[in-house]
This record gives sequence, structure tokens and C-alpha cells, in this order.
Amino acid sequence: MKFQPVIGLEVHVQLLTNTKIFCGCSTKFGASPNSQTCPVCLGMPGALPVLNRKVVEYAILAGLATNCAIAPRSVFARKNYFYPDLPKGYQISQFELPICIGGHLDIEGEWGTKRIGITRIHMEEDAGKLVHSDIPGMGSGSGVDLNRACTPLLEVVSEPDIRSADEAVAYLKKLHQIVVYLGICDGNMEEGSFRCDANVSVMPVGADKFGTRAEIKNVNSFKFVKQAIEYEIERQIELIEDGGKVVQETRLFNPDSGATRSMRGKEEAHDYRYFPDPDLVPLVISTDWVEEVQGSLPELPEAKFKRYQEELGLPAYDAEVLTADRQLAEYFEACVTAGSPAKAAANWVMGEITRKLNEEGKAIAACPVTPQLLTALLALIEKGTISGKIAKTVFDEMWATGKEPAAIVEEKGLVQVSDTGEIEKIIDEIMAANMGQVEEFRGGKEKVFGFFVGQVMRASKGKANPAVVNEMLLKKLKG
Amino acid sequence: MKITQEQVEHVAKLARLALSQEEIATFTGQMDGILAYVEKLNELDTSGIIPTSHAVPVENAFREDEVRPSIGTDNALANAPDRVEDFFRVPKVIE
Repeated sequence: MKFQPVIGLEVHVQLLTNTKIFCGCSTKFGASPNSQTCPVCLGMPGALPVLNRKVVEYAILAGLATNCAIAPRSVFARKNYFYPDLPKGYQISQFELPICIGGHLDIEGEWGTKRIGITRIHMEEDAGKLVHSDIPGMGSGSGVDLNRACTPLLEVVSEPDIRSADEAVAYLKKLHQIVVYLGICDGNMEEGSFRCDANVSVMPVGADKFGTRAEIKNVNSFKFVKQAIEYEIERQIELIEDGGKVVQETRLFNPDSGATRSMRGKEEAHDYRYFPDPDLVPLVISTDWVEEVQGSLPELPEAKFKRYQEELGLPAYDAEVLTADRQLAEYFEACVTAGSPAKAAANWVMGEITRKLNEEGKAIAACPVTPQLLTALLALIEKGTISGKIAKTVFDEMWATGKEPAAIVEEKGLVQVSDTGEIEKIIDEIMAANMGQVEEFRGGKEKVFGFFVGQVMRASKGKANPAVVNEMLLKKLKG
Repeated sequence: MKITQEQVEHVAKLARLALSQEEIATFTGQMDGILAYVEKLNELDTSGIIPTSHAVPVENAFREDEVRPSIGTDNALANAPDRVEDFFRVPKVIE
């Protein structure tokens, strides 16, 4: 029997706010344990939560960017369960009335373009962190750090529209790119700022009823998502083929073995007894507010990708590389605005600039060559003042000193020689010194042409205009 | 009877309450009485009425995203039954 996997993803997006969702404690990562806590996030009796306005703004942004409708009225609910990292005994989340509903993302791949539905996006608080390390005195116990408790999260729930591990990864990458572009999440998967639970089931091909699903937790990289889903699909198919039955359960992915294993004892806890949180009043979002947020929505990668091809005439490859990162795209656009020809700017940004940034482990924001300086350099090439080759030397100098390219060219005497008299003199000398090769060329061995070009360029210290050299050399060699 | 003894046991377990057989019997009766009382509301036609999630007609209470001082680690841990360094210490969670 052939099986068809069915996958739905729940993604937790940690929001880049300064403070927690319901109190003024800092959300800064890496502080000493329990130093960023207060009665609200410690769950002290009588302490009351107050909603961070920024969290709502970010949720609206995320909803608009993923084609969701923004609910005019939404309500916070308590999700009740006991765990040592949850001080109140409930998590404040949204249940029946989430803030965003009914969106979608289009993913591209070998399957063409496919639309993955987004059921909902809701706001909630994160739990604290359990530490199981061997801190002296901890003995057989665990440590609880509540700095992370009450950190704002968005949970983005997809429809079960995903049919393979590759589709799941494409969807995740797209969502990841969007939240990072929006500036609402740092996207750091290792630190848990963007984490994913996968609901995986299999059914016989052609069946119309989904199989029983398992929920896989703890997958914190794109690579692990692929591995975990592929493993789980395989496990379920084998189980069914051996006459077994998939049970609905939570499974934990182990990155070391690449396998998932059952987390027993979580089943009964699935009865969360949600109810509206009486401590938080309903959230009413006016169309004015939605429009205001809409106005601050940046151009998204998908739209940029299209515009770079249609308006700037870039090939799809360039458009994809440049739009992958918002800062890179903005740098490129600043070059074009400053007057750089789009294709030349794209080549330099993807080539020299990316190379230097990688070499020095820098982000584009720290690039010492500003878009204005790069544009000035490109103008020198365009005018024929310097050759493309010399431009690289000038670029390295700009990188090191931050000087204007024209100043560097003058200082180092790098102006391109296009004067035919001067170039002719060099060619004559080279030909006279290499009569053997001249004869070879004239005898039909055209490959030696490259040798002459190299010699002339070297004699001119790279300053000769290559186009002029080529033309004149050909004429002279042919006699 | 709307409420069964099993339901009371289930809810008690979720709330981590250890009830005696006697208590279970008492609460089953009491909870059943409460539900029967509230059941009266079903006699009203409430279709077309937004469910009430809050008794007070207030909406949109926000704070701005500005950091306020936390209470400090020692204050946070002052009531902890067990503390190791700057952590609350809890029994190991089984997994």
C-alpha cells in the first residue's frame, strides 16, 4: 500500500519586545536566573496582568503579512495544566477568539507553487525554563528560572495542507523570513526564538480521512524538522504495515539519534479546561488601528523578489539572493537609489561585498563601504576611469579606509589608460620581444592571443583599458 | 444526575486534589446541584447574543513596552520552599 503523509505545523514565534507580554520585566536574553521577574510573571496571588500594546501591534503585522483577517474582538483564555515551569498553574493564551484567522502562505519548490492555509495566529505567554544540569546542591532536583516566563509569543497554526518534509521546511523558511523581515522576531532557532511542533499522520493514498496524528516537539532547526518528519512518516508507515496502530501522542525528537520517542504521561494532561481569563479585558481592534499597522508594513520578500525582476530587470537568481535578507535588500536598494545601475550593484553586493562580509564575519549593517561609496565606484567603472579589475583593488582600499574611490584612484595612480598611443607602444614592445608567439598566432594558433593580452595588461600594471587592448592587439597581430 | 463520580475524580486528578470516597460522593451531589441550577439559563433563547467573557464592560487596557525594574532575585526567591543558587529547586520532572 502507498501512503500519503499529512502534516500541520504549529510555530512559536518569540516577539522582539523590550518587556514581557503582561508585565514590565525585561525580556533580555542571558540575564542571571530569576533576575527579570516580578509578582505578575512569578504568578503571585493578587498580581494582575496588563497587556503590552506592542505585542498586539506585532500580532497584527504578522497577521497582515500572512494574509489573515484581523479579528475585531479577541479574548485571552487560561490554559490550565501543572508543570514546574508554569508558576500560575495556567498559561495565558487565546482559544476561541484568536487575534488572526484564515491566512495563507504560498510556497515554491519542485511541486510548483502551493498554498498552505494558516488556521490562526494567537498571542500567548511563554513558560519558564527548567535546568537539569549538575549545579552543586541541585542533587536529583531541577532548577527553575522564570526569566523567560511571560515572554510574548505568537503561535502560528497551519492547516494540515503540508504533504512532505520538504514542503514543511519550505513553509517554515517562508514564515521565518517574514517574521524576521517584519522585525518582530530575531529568528534565532537555537535560542528558541522560532520553534516548531509538527503534527504528522499518514493515510493510504486516495483516502479521504486523515490518520491518527502524533505531535513532535523539540525541533529547533530546519534540518531537524526535515529529519524528524521523515523519521516519523517512516515510523508510522512501518507500524501500520506491521499490523499496528498509530496512537495519538506527543513525541520528542532527539537530534543525536534522529529519532522520535514517545513522551508518556502527557495524554491526560491534554484536558486543558480553557476559559476566558477574567483578569484581562477583551481586545477590540478598530479598522483604523489595522490600517495604521498596514501602513507600517514593510515590502515583503515575495513582493521585492517580483519587483527586482520586473522593474529592475534582475535575473530570478539575483532577486532571490538579494531578498533573502532584509538588510542586504535595503543596502542594494540604497545603491540603486544613489544611482547605481541595478545589475552592476547586484553583482557587487552578491560578489565582493558578500565575500568580504563573510571573510570578516560581519553583517551588512557593519559594511564599511556605504551604498554611496559603492555607487561612486561603479560610476568610475562606467565612465572608463578604471577597469573592473582595478576596481577590485580600489574596493579593498575603500573597505580598509572608508575613503572616496576617486581619491584612492588618484592617490595610487590607478587611472585606466585608454590612450591608444600609449597602449600601442606597449603592444609593439611585447610583440617584438615575443616574435615566436606572433608567428604561432599568425600560423593559426589563436590561443596565444590570451598570452598577449596578459602580457600587455601586466606591462601596464593592469591599468590599460582591456577593450582597447583587445581591439588593438587583434589588429596588430593579424598584421 | 448530570455529573458522574468518574467526572469528579477526573477533575480532581487534573487539579491534583486527593479526595476521599466520601468527599467524592459529596462533591458529585453538590456539583450536580450547581449545574442543575445553571441549567435554567438554557430556557432562554440566547442565539444572536455575544457570549459574555467578562462581567465588566471594559476593553483594551494596555501598557506601553517600557521596561520597569524587576523585584530582584532574592525577593523573587524569598518564598521558595527550596532554593539552589539563583534557582527555585523542584523535584525532578519525569520524562
